[in-house]
Amino acid sequence: MSNTVNLTINGFDVSVPKGTTVLEAAELLGIKIPVLCFHKDLCIAGNCRVCVVEQVGSKKLVAACATPVHEGMEILTNSLLVRNSRKHMIELLLSEHNADCTKCYRNGNCELQDLASEYKITNQDFIDLAVSRAYTIDAFSPSILKDDSRCIRCQRCVRTCDELQSVGALAVAHKGDHMKISTFFNKPISEVVCTNCGQCVIHCPTGALIERNYIEEVWTAIADPTKHVVVQTAPAVRIGLGEELGLSPGERVTGKMIAALRRLGFNSVLDTDFTADLTILEEGTELLHRLEKVLVEKDEKYKLPMTTSCSPGWVKFFEHIYPDMLDHMSTCKSPQQMFGALAKTYYAKKIGVDPENIVSVSIMPCTAKKFEANRPEMRDSGYKDVDYVLTTRELAIMIKQAGIEFADLPEEKYDSIMGKSSGAGVIFGTTGGVMEAALRTAYEIVTGREVPFENLNITPVRGLEGVKEAKIKIEGCKPEWKFLEGVELKCAVAHTLANARKVMDLVKSGKADYHFIEVMACPGGCLGGGGQPIPTTPEIRQKRMQAIYEEDMSLPIRKSHENPEVQQLYKEFLGEPYGHLSHKLLHTEYVERQRY
Amino acid sequence: MALLQERVKELVAKYGRSRENLLPVLQGIADTEHYVSEYAMQLVAEEMGLSAADVYGTATFYSFMETTPRGKYIIRVCKTISCFMKGKNQILLALEEALKIKLGETTPDRMFTLLETNCLGWCHKAPAMLINDDVHVDLTIEKVHQIIREYKQKANN
Amino acid sequence: MGKNVLKRIDLIFKHEDDCHEVLQKTLKRSDDELINELIGSGLKGRGGAGFPTGLKWKLTREAQGDVKYVICNADEGEPGTFKDREILATVPYKVLTGMAVCGKIIGATNGYIYLRGEYRYLVKDLEAEINKFHKICDEVGLNFRIKIFLGYGAYICGEESALFESMEGKRGEPRNKPPFPTEFGYMGKPTVINNVETLAHTWTIFKYGAKKFRDLGVQDSRGSKLFSISGDTPIPGIYELELGMTVEEFVEDFGDGDTKAVQVGGASGFCVPRKKFRDIAIGYQGKLTGISLPTGGSMMLFNSSRSMYNVLHNYLEFFAEESCGQCTPCRVGTQQLLQGIKAVKRGEKPAAYLDKLLSLSETMKATAKCGLGQSVANSFQSIVENFREEMIY
Repeated sequence: MSNTVNLTINGFDVSVPKGTTVLEAAELLGIKIPVLCFHKDLCIAGNCRVCVVEQVGSKKLVAACATPVHEGMEILTNSLLVRNSRKHMIELLLSEHNADCTKCYRNGNCELQDLASEYKITNQDFIDLAVSRAYTIDAFSPSILKDDSRCIRCQRCVRTCDELQSVGALAVAHKGDHMKISTFFNKPISEVVCTNCGQCVIHCPTGALIERNYIEEVWTAIADPTKHVVVQTAPAVRIGLGEELGLSPGERVTGKMIAALRRLGFNSVLDTDFTADLTILEEGTELLHRLEKVLVEKDEKYKLPMTTSCSPGWVKFFEHIYPDMLDHMSTCKSPQQMFGALAKTYYAKKIGVDPENIVSVSIMPCTAKKFEANRPEMRDSGYKDVDYVLTTRELAIMIKQAGIEFADLPEEKYDSIMGKSSGAGVIFGTTGGVMEAALRTAYEIVTGREVPFENLNITPVRGLEGVKEAKIKIEGCKPEWKFLEGVELKCAVAHTLANARKVMDLVKSGKADYHFIEVMACPGGCLGGGGQPIPTTPEIRQKRMQAIYEEDMSLPIRKSHENPEVQQLYKEFLGEPYGHLSHKLLHTEYVERQRY
Repeated sequence: MALLQERVKELVAKYGRSRENLLPVLQGIADTEHYVSEYAMQLVAEEMGLSAADVYGTATFYSFMETTPRGKYIIRVCKTISCFMKGKNQILLALEEALKIKLGETTPDRMFTLLETNCLGWCHKAPAMLINDDVHVDLTIEKVHQIIREYKQKANN
Repeated sequence: MGKNVLKRIDLIFKHEDDCHEVLQKTLKRSDDELINELIGSGLKGRGGAGFPTGLKWKLTREAQGDVKYVICNADEGEPGTFKDREILATVPYKVLTGMAVCGKIIGATNGYIYLRGEYRYLVKDLEAEINKFHKICDEVGLNFRIKIFLGYGAYICGEESALFESMEGKRGEPRNKPPFPTEFGYMGKPTVINNVETLAHTWTIFKYGAKKFRDLGVQDSRGSKLFSISGDTPIPGIYELELGMTVEEFVEDFGDGDTKAVQVGGASGFCVPRKKFRDIAIGYQGKLTGISLPTGGSMMLFNSSRSMYNVLHNYLEFFAEESCGQCTPCRVGTQQLLQGIKAVKRGEKPAAYLDKLLSLSETMKATAKCGLGQSVANSFQSIVENFREEMIY
């Protein structure tokens, strides 16, 4: 049997492999079929029916996303029947939707709004069902807001939470006219297993799931002359921000972003990458310390594998799902929180400002960071270490509000100190990046030589594969690290929580003997984070990833321990990695959480 | 609480941990508890390795799966066309009077809950109602009072 | 009224106590022979959709799969239908035998009866019957076991793929098709799913031969059919009649002398007004008298005291509640139809709004994900078109 199928779409012939859907075949011909419930990251639902097309010879229309092609099929994507039906679908969705677009956070970037505009739905003949409903609006979470009145029940969020993240905080509940997207017993998001990763937010086609924004709070702080507003920018923001401001995916906008932040009025423009480098020194040292405790001293208090702790979605997931394994997680705070703790101690002293008057803002590709900043433990400076967390999208909104012509901005540099970073700090923004950065440093500390990879590029941990593994044999150790001589360091890298669960279940059941595991909650790592521009698709993530590695290669320093500002920080303030002051400011602990 | 925990464990052991046994397990809980509580669903989720929200979402799909406390006897009056034509509204009024509760409510002694339901498959003997699993057909106002009297007696014994 | 123009058939409910012999004799015949017998009988699915039963078994038999299943759909939820309950209560062994023969033919060793929760009172007796039947299977050397799966109040689970989802412990939401159950059914395995009555008919066909069945009915609507008769009739109940009768003939037998409409096929079926009684026959398709209506056997009669607005209102409330809710046309469409007729009746929308609703129902028919969602339009269109005044005034 042939593996190619021939069909026509709108009269044009096309040959595609067996198993292709009508939607994919149309895309090959450059014919766009509108979709709402379909998303390339997710399994096919076929429930919004917006993508219906006519199959000549059948009275029933078929959903292009869910229908496999077959030989001799004749498809019409723009017949009168299709157009009328599609218009009905959009009208029906609008009738059930709080279509008060001007008051919606997603106004201007909403897939339903786009379709309504494309099909010129100017009349609203159908009865407005939204007004008579008691919709739930959940505004309790510091990260994510859920407004059921804007929900079109496409279930992308449910599939995201379930398939991509294996969290299962969201589910479809009830049926018929009462069917809704719900948490367990419709509890507030803040009370359930939700990790705040925000993947539901970037997969939501409308404004039903959005980040809690702190834009006005930040404007107010900037306008207050008694406050010194410090801003830090995460690695993945610089390769995503441009998309929100009219540039193409994959454009690096570090210099323009810094310039924009200054023009917005931030007093110090600093870099989370700096504390990413710092994290490597702390976490790398912690790993070596644990290896010694476990391998040499057989101390049962210490656990291997050690997992990374920079992704707050992952941290909360771990607390919910593996509460009995918390000892495995590195005690290092995330770069954001390390930065926050230093901003109101070391940095405040450096610039001579009372920490009371410092407002610490971070720009993150992440919604979970908002929750993280609000964790009660995150006050080691004596103040709230990070006051406000903005997503990449919120920063773009501020830039637009300020009337800044982003594309025309000059390239500027971060302030010092806490503004310098190595390429290793930059790659924290991609899956595999923390692992690569850690190996670049740890290997060199132990052996005195660079990691044995061309250009320091540790390719086995790169790429978008869900779980990656790497083994590095440690040879030629310095005398103080003799216990590691000949040890084969086994590492695993996972991104998305579903992949993380796979790895951790292996660990839990004793079927994996890794030493070190990097986990990023979001697909692709932070570059695909829940706070990144919408849309985020597999192709876009690929481009952002390429940009991150370009940024790494463009920097003169590629290893965290060679960052001169980090060295200065230890000399002037912290003493040594994993030392007393580090423990107070840069390390944290975890809590057991419920599993619903 | 401990009893419920045992009950869930027992049901999961009886039917199996895999997903296709979720409905029988939930039905088993409802049989003794008259509803499936938040805590019961958490236990089921834990035992069967599902997310609690998923269990909740599945349970609420099924009209008979009660998720709020219900009486020992759940009365479901058919409201679909044939029973509607044969006066199910009068039957409801009679039940409300006999039980001194409104539709959707439960008697304070947790004996009776009064609900409506869709077609019971007794259209030729309408109006019809279920009390738990038992069918009562060709209802009249007198018959309703008689039936409730009998159940009350049964409940008191 | 009560003219007895229609011949009463007594096949299904006729008690026969030779289950062992029937099964034994049938199993001795070759699979091909049995499938040809079934195809030759002209038996089509009695749940309402009317897919040829023999072909269904044949396709499933040919499908690749290490494990296959036979499922009896006893989720009889269509308003006005109650025949399957009676079959399971009185002649369950005929259904069980049909399942076992099917299992042997397609290569399945497990069968399930998906019984709606509303019929739970049947479970005890049915389980006893199943145990008895298992012994017979053992005696004749057939490896086949049947279990009951209990539904829990969801009309949509009568849709075959929703039923599989429900049995798999999930929300009963219909799947995208293709793939069809013959290749991808319960647990993703090739599955035959038949209505209770369909399986009961296979008993007749295997025991007495296809001809006995085929001699009944007309054209492509062969055999007898159980009708669940309710509403304004002096003699409500379950009747076995030949396919092919006109509605007029039916009303002569079962009407109360004042019948103004008959709803054929339940809430998801068609409403036939008095002026069309003569033109419409009950069967699958064919040229009999222009139109014929397939049906799961629900016949509801309405006399002139009834408001067809109330009838439609009741149906639409039913659909709005019982839609699974996943696809837009069914979830929102049913609500719009319901709110729409209310608005017209109250004078909040012009009468012409009914045309917009008719057009919407046409879209629902073309776009809904499953057969049940598509069929909401049937009753809506046939009532609004035939009783437009009652909708407005």
